[in-house]
Amino acid sequence: MFELLGIAPPALFGQLLLGLINGSFYAILSLGLAVIFGMLNVINFAHGALYMIGAFTAWMLLNYFGIGYWASLILAPLIVGLLGALIERTLLRRLYHLDHLYGLLLTFGLALIFEGLFRREFGSSGQPYSIPELLTGGNNLGFMFLPNYRGWVVVASLVVCLSTWFVIERTKLGSYLRAATENPTLVSAFGINVPRMILLTYAFGVGLAAFAGVLAAPIYQVSPLMGSNLIIVVFAVVVIGGMGSIIGSVVTGFGLGVIEGLTKVFYPEASTTVIFLVMAIVLLIRPAGLFGRAR
Amino acid sequence: MKLKYGLAGIAGMMLAAGAANAQISDDVIKIGVMNDQSGLYADITGQGSVLAARMAAEDAGGKVLDKPIEIVFADHQNKPDVGSTVVRQWIDQDKVDAIADVPTSSVALAVQQITKEKKRLFLMSGPASSDLTGKACSPYGFHFTYDTYMLAIGTGAALAKAGGDTWFFLTSDYAFGHALERDAGEAAKAAGAKVLGAVRHPLNTSDFSSFLLQAQSSKAKIIGLANAGGDTINSIKQAAEFGIVAGGQRLAGLLVFVTDVHALGLKTAQGLVVTASYYWDQNDETRKFAKRYFEKMGKQPSMVQAGGYSGVAHYLKAVKAAGTDDPDKVAAKMRELPVNDFMTKDAKIRADGRIMRDAYLFQVKAPSESKGPWDYYKQLAVIPAEEAARPLKDGGCDLVK
Repeated sequence: MFELLGIAPPALFGQLLLGLINGSFYAILSLGLAVIFGMLNVINFAHGALYMIGAFTAWMLLNYFGIGYWASLILAPLIVGLLGALIERTLLRRLYHLDHLYGLLLTFGLALIFEGLFRREFGSSGQPYSIPELLTGGNNLGFMFLPNYRGWVVVASLVVCLSTWFVIERTKLGSYLRAATENPTLVSAFGINVPRMILLTYAFGVGLAAFAGVLAAPIYQVSPLMGSNLIIVVFAVVVIGGMGSIIGSVVTGFGLGVIEGLTKVFYPEASTTVIFLVMAIVLLIRPAGLFGRAR
Repeated sequence: MKLKYGLAGIAGMMLAAGAANAQISDDVIKIGVMNDQSGLYADITGQGSVLAARMAAEDAGGKVLDKPIEIVFADHQNKPDVGSTVVRQWIDQDKVDAIADVPTSSVALAVQQITKEKKRLFLMSGPASSDLTGKACSPYGFHFTYDTYMLAIGTGAALAKAGGDTWFFLTSDYAFGHALERDAGEAAKAAGAKVLGAVRHPLNTSDFSSFLLQAQSSKAKIIGLANAGGDTINSIKQAAEFGIVAGGQRLAGLLVFVTDVHALGLKTAQGLVVTASYYWDQNDETRKFAKRYFEKMGKQPSMVQAGGYSGVAHYLKAVKAAGTDDPDKVAAKMRELPVNDFMTKDAKIRADGRIMRDAYLFQVKAPSESKGPWDYYKQLAVIPAEEAARPLKDGGCDLVK
């Protein structure tokens, strides 16, 4: 491995960029988790499964209805968002007055059920999904070959993350949302329908997961396991960033992607472990996470 | 459950005392199929291997020496500790006579130890590491389908001879990947090639871009993929995305299953050179087995699943011929009888437990050559068993004198 330590800076840039691309997925997924946790106080363990369902929805739209990638990018999050709304309405809503743990157990159970159903139907090797025509090929940046599609992933992810942050932190709707989490009774006294806001928030968070799923479909196999491979890492990202912190989850998502990318060069065997190492250190020094406020 | 087995055990003893020649412990031949039921190797092995074992039991008439055959299965989650616990329970409590399949070499190595110590037959159709008939061999362990040496001799040597004189490995970081990298590296070197380096990735990785970039910048002509299942699928898919093949480097998928090709699609998989001991569309017999299998599973069998049938069928024949399920006698009979099934004719079993089968070198068809789903391979060469297996003396197995 030591000959790799002496790698030329160009190769290093390549790995940094790749880290950023992987970080894009972490960022969108952990953003969804953060929004849901921040507003509903639910630890949504079904997030990975919903990400997987997002990818499968895109695959099914293409193979059963002939609907392509770009339309799926809008449609799949809507469909999965509806599924999320259904879950919130029929199941999660009953648990708000109980401890966090019950929401976690429910969503974890749902994740297992979803994954099991898809695995039964589609097997574990997954289904192929092609890169859209417009984004095939790539550019040689001098230090690395960047597939166009990966470039698009970073851009799409940044746009989505920043707009979400903007809506929640800078608009009137966002201020209602934040107020509703602080004191739901008072906010409903102003004539705002809090249960509906919570419903929409959950659907939105879930829709974000589905969006990430569609983005991921052309890169990875569309496989029932794709969510569970990612979800643990994403939870670590949320914990490091600070539970419920919007900006924290985005910054940490990208940051950890980069750290993981660098580990893949210097000590690849540890690349799946490094994030948890960071998590342990952060929890020791700042138990509320990097951007979290102690409650 | 315990009570049931307990009663069955007592009944078995009474019967055994009564019938002098049918020496079957507990009155049932119980075969435990253990593999990955839910993870990245589930399509290669999984329920398909269970079905193959059931088919073998069915073809034996569901009975041997008038005792019923029972197939049980479990998920080892690719974890040696989980696999060891299951096998110990199977042997100690559930009176399982033989363990079958067990992909994931790290788990298989653990099970090999246990079956050796507890004297139970181990019918390996899933794992690849050639160490299982080398320094980790066992008098009760039989390696049925393929091993890393065979893959190296097939794909590795073929590509090295075809001008691939520099290699870089992308290796799954556990016993299997290490063994495959070692065997393929040696095969490539023997054919005059040089190994420039390797990068090891954790088992079950989804993003290979960093590793592929390292392979790309090594400038090696051949990138050897010493991984399997979902890992291989993702490496090949992402290699296409990063323009690795378009840039003049060639991928050597050292262990590619027909189910992987199906999952990738021919557009991405075309041109890959694949070594296998079974492909469904080789001849009438292989097609006949595949057809039966397809009717139940809705997909074609991988070579591991075919090998799973072969292992269980041969075990049952040996029990019948030995007139007992006594592990030592059955193991001796297994070595004595030739292996005969739809995959192989008259294959011998060596002292180290290696089944001497021919291997085949295939190339994945281009989409234009394929007649439809599952028409994926064209045969390039037959590798005779003597070449496909590591020479007996080189394995370091202590059963070889």
